[in-house]
Amino acid sequence: MHPAPRTPRRAVAAVTVALLATAVGCAPQPEEEAAATSSGPAAKSCAKGKLATKETGKLTIATDEPAYEPWFKDDKPANGQGFESAVAYAVAKRLGYDKSAVVWQSVPFNKAFAPGVKSFDFDINQVSISDERKKAVDFSSGYYDVRQAVIALKGGTAAKARSIADLRKLKLGAQVGTTSLDYITDLVKPARQAAVFGKNDQAKSALKNRQVDAVVTDLPTAFYITAAEVTDAEIVGQFENQGGASEQFGLVLDKGSALTSCVTAAVDALREDGTLARIEKQWLSDAVDAPVLK
Amino acid sequence: MTVVKGEPAREGADGTGDMTRGGPDGDGYVPSERRLARERHRRARARRATAIAALSTLVTAALLYLVVVNAPGWPRTKETFLSAHYAREAFPKVLEGLWLNLRLLLVCGAAVLVLGMLIAIARTLRGPVFFPLRVLAAAYTDFFRGLPLIINLLIVVLGVPALRLQGVTVDPVLLGGTALTLTYSAYVAEVFRAGIESVHPSQRAAARSLGLTSRQALRHVVLPQAVRRQVPPLLNDLVSLQKDTGLVSIGGAVDAVRAADIIVGRSLNYTPYIVAGLVFVALTIPMTRFTDWVTARMDRRRVQGGSL
Repeated sequence: MHPAPRTPRRAVAAVTVALLATAVGCAPQPEEEAAATSSGPAAKSCAKGKLATKETGKLTIATDEPAYEPWFKDDKPANGQGFESAVAYAVAKRLGYDKSAVVWQSVPFNKAFAPGVKSFDFDINQVSISDERKKAVDFSSGYYDVRQAVIALKGGTAAKARSIADLRKLKLGAQVGTTSLDYITDLVKPARQAAVFGKNDQAKSALKNRQVDAVVTDLPTAFYITAAEVTDAEIVGQFENQGGASEQFGLVLDKGSALTSCVTAAVDALREDGTLARIEKQWLSDAVDAPVLK
Repeated sequence: MTVVKGEPAREGADGTGDMTRGGPDGDGYVPSERRLARERHRRARARRATAIAALSTLVTAALLYLVVVNAPGWPRTKETFLSAHYAREAFPKVLEGLWLNLRLLLVCGAAVLVLGMLIAIARTLRGPVFFPLRVLAAAYTDFFRGLPLIINLLIVVLGVPALRLQGVTVDPVLLGGTALTLTYSAYVAEVFRAGIESVHPSQRAAARSLGLTSRQALRHVVLPQAVRRQVPPLLNDLVSLQKDTGLVSIGGAVDAVRAADIIVGRSLNYTPYIVAGLVFVALTIPMTRFTDWVTARMDRRRVQGGSL
């Protein structure tokens, strides 16, 4: 048997495969000339209805599916109801895109910040702005000042908690990837490891099943859960913002997106003329009456 | 590559083996010129094959490296998936989570083997009186093998505590372990059953004719052969179980993948996932080698009487 003649053929095959990979892999991707556009004059690139969007003349907005209340209503982002849907349409209008020019896209949270070409112009999904996250994506300025709250079943020991020290002894739960979880690990520092859920739905079930004593979510979600979903639960209290700075939700854009400055300008304008406050009043419960846990 | 390299060498070894057998005293044998030339030629071919294989590997590696590094998105991909900073941060947390995976693997693995064996025996019992047992065992495997694991977990981890039964745990890890055991024992039962059925009927007949009862025949003749034959597929299922233990995080428990998830969610950097993935691979490799070793040992034992 002479294996030797096979070897060069294999080598040739390997090289061919590698070359093919080169040809395919190096095919230039349609990278956005983000740097070039964003360095240009902001006024010019923000012309109403003529932004460098994914689809000319359309504004593609992404959110996760299902879209939860009170941020969206009936899991239909396109109905303009719910806080974030209303904000998205207000921003779109400000950018010169009317309701018919807005295209909604369902993008899971994990995919919204993946590197590579984005399929949307911006994502609205209760994403808190942080310096660490800014290394991965662009944020608009904040459209909502959020606070974190604790919910527990009525009548339980957890419902009697009045301070952060009281929470320390409890089995707490929160959704992964949320600032709610950061509040548990950084501020409360509970004695028992916190339960970390993939979705708030599972956290709610665990609360109902008494697998956790209390769940931390943002305050509007806490209001919605206690009012509509787990009606035998109540809001124990809310946290003060950590480190004094208020935590804000921002619109997520691709890192270096040409639209960031325009979207930020639109959000700022909406805040100044009171539109954001009006939308907030319409869709989110008044958050003042939850006691502050210290 | 290794095959190409190894083949000529092995052939050479065989050749010398023949020679020593030919002359057990080792005296008087002088290899012929022709044989020496042939061996020289073979060595040269082997060297050439090794050189070409090495070169081709080097070229391929270099090309792949260049393709990846010169990709337009490489700097950002590198920052997002291969950040040393986040790898350092994630590693201890992932290991901490991995401890949960390991404990689950050990406990569930043992439970799965026992339960799977019992179900397999129930399914292969003969005699009309065992009919309901056979039907139940068949229904169990059909149901739990078909039911997606994630749904099984959801039902057990979130559904069972909702019943508020006295004395039934609400611990997501225990419940998750139960769900894993239910699904995997169905797989393993089928593996065992295949093993039991692969033992030739003559073995059983011979055992019975020697006066062993049906139970003794199963215990001393059929099962030892069946289990030995099924070790590789069993370990296959064990490796698979090891990776699926992470799914108990559905109930809030923090395993290796969820620990990575937590850091990814905060930083929007995927490096922790890579770390968790590599840790799992590092755990699987020793297990795979162990499987290979067990299989090789079994093969050696089988040919102990001498092979033809």
